Amino acid sequence: MTTKTRLLLKLAGATGALLLSLGVAAPQEARAELRIDITRGVSEPLPIAITSFAGSGGRDVQMGADISKVISDDLERSGLFKPLDPRGFLQTPDQLRSGEPRYQDWKALGAQALVAGNTTTGADGRMKVDFRLWDVAAGQYMQGLSYSASPQEWRRIAHIVADAIYKRLTGEDGYFDTRIVYVAESGPANARKKQLAIMDQDSANHQFLTDGQTLVLTPRFSPTSQEITYMSYFNKKPRVYLFNIDTGRQEVLGDFPGMTFAPRFSPDGNKVIMSMAQNGNTDIYTLDLRTRRQTQLTDAPGIDTGPSYSPDGQRIVFESDRGGTQQLYVMGADGSGVKRLTFGEGRYGTPVWSPRGDLIAFTRQRGSSFAVGVIRPDGSGERILTEAFHVEGPTWAPNGRVIMFFKDLPSGDGRGRNAKLYSIDITGANERRVSTPVDGSDPAWSPLIP
Amino acid sequence: MRMKFLALAAVALLAACESTPNDAANGANTGAQQSSVRPGSAEDFVVNVGDRVFFGLDRFDLSPEARATLDRQAKWLQTYGSVTVTVEGHADERGTREYNLALGERRANSVKNYLAAKGIPANRVNVVSYGKERPAVVGSNEAAWSQNRRGVTVVN
Repeated sequence: MTTKTRLLLKLAGATGALLLSLGVAAPQEARAELRIDITRGVSEPLPIAITSFAGSGGRDVQMGADISKVISDDLERSGLFKPLDPRGFLQTPDQLRSGEPRYQDWKALGAQALVAGNTTTGADGRMKVDFRLWDVAAGQYMQGLSYSASPQEWRRIAHIVADAIYKRLTGEDGYFDTRIVYVAESGPANARKKQLAIMDQDSANHQFLTDGQTLVLTPRFSPTSQEITYMSYFNKKPRVYLFNIDTGRQEVLGDFPGMTFAPRFSPDGNKVIMSMAQNGNTDIYTLDLRTRRQTQLTDAPGIDTGPSYSPDGQRIVFESDRGGTQQLYVMGADGSGVKRLTFGEGRYGTPVWSPRGDLIAFTRQRGSSFAVGVIRPDGSGERILTEAFHVEGPTWAPNGRVIMFFKDLPSGDGRGRNAKLYSIDITGANERRVSTPVDGSDPAWSPLIP
Repeated sequence: MRMKFLALAAVALLAACESTPNDAANGANTGAQQSSVRPGSAEDFVVNVGDRVFFGLDRFDLSPEARATLDRQAKWLQTYGSVTVTVEGHADERGTREYNLALGERRANSVKNYLAAKGIPANRVNVVSYGKERPAVVGSNEAAWSQNRRGVTVVN
């Protein structure tokens, strides 16, 4: 290990203490950087050799192999990396553990980057994982980091390592140490069973949060805590609820006379913004979670819904049919200064502001197809990422580079809809199925796990 | 010519009824069915009055046919003055989820407001929207969508 300076950070994860040691990268790395420019849409993913992490005992060896696989899969799914087949590797994990890489060997394989690591279990039962990253072409060391955690946390450690590699090679924060909450669907189309479910971003650790007795829709993560806001038909009274992931506690939000729906958190997590429909009119309200004060933000006749805050909390994008058809609008956080954003042909809905602030994702309906696209907050640069019979409901990875949404095919021959989750790069490249045990819709991406 | 068109329309309605047995068109049913139904019951309302009205694409105004159905509903509700109902508003699948929830609420309120204008007090009529979550007819075609853009009055 070349890492010497260590910084201990206490990570308050859902499952308890996870210690992270950050090794500061060696200083001689300043010349010709190995760097992926992810703004252009990568046509050729970067070939990377990820060796099985070394371990000293049988259990550590297996754990090392598992960790390396999770890292490899994360990076591969991003579409920016091409992990090389380990069967061609000429240096063993143990050789890399102690010595320098034989750069010529790795170059001959076509690798541009090389990752090696090490897994040990301490006397206290805690697992220690460290990894090193090399630039093969330049023949130089780039980065080394070390982590310790309970062995149950091994997948999180792998995701954190993958995030570190992603960040070192792209210059952008990663998004692998995250979770997805979504609506798991089963049963016939006219009596669809819908339940909240949560899983890691790579579909591991899947778990149902509700039992499916009650129709639930549109979950969204809190930016600051282990909470989800969503809509439930509990007692046939459709209202916005709060769900605590740790305790399973569910709580109706606010005391509204009409249906509340389309909830999202404010960026500071202190408010939930939502719509209320009453007497055929739908307006946007906020509920302050501390004071429980309800504030009405819009009063136009018509449907105002799908509100989403800008990351600085100063503005709100929403959809409204006040101009005749469903279009996107932006207003101040107090409801002032409403300005129409979309003027394109078709109907625009489900706006979601990127965590980076630079783009707003939306669903567009035009003619016989639906599309998911992005537009700048000033209304310029509208771009469609994917189009199909039905796609809907974009949600952002915390780094603002990847969008998840759901897609389904027309139903026919007695077969109902079968929504599935997909992810896509904001360049429009790398559209992929996100695996779920049953059908899925309404995905919401968590922030990086604290 | 006109007769021919009506005959075709009747065939279309019957075809629709096969997949939606509770369709408003069942109001035309007669005889044996009527006699087996207890007057004032939920079944009486569905079979002899017609429990639903249909809406145009992204519309919530009431067609003449819808108003005729609601006139029958209002009359029935006046006859059975202790009955309360819930109007369920629905949308077809060709819209985004949240917008369709709002649209279903609009449609349910169109029904409620019409019944109110015909003398049915608001406190006897509850509304709920299901958006696109509970289609009456499963299918990705206009025939199904037109059956799913609906307001259904359910006897509580």
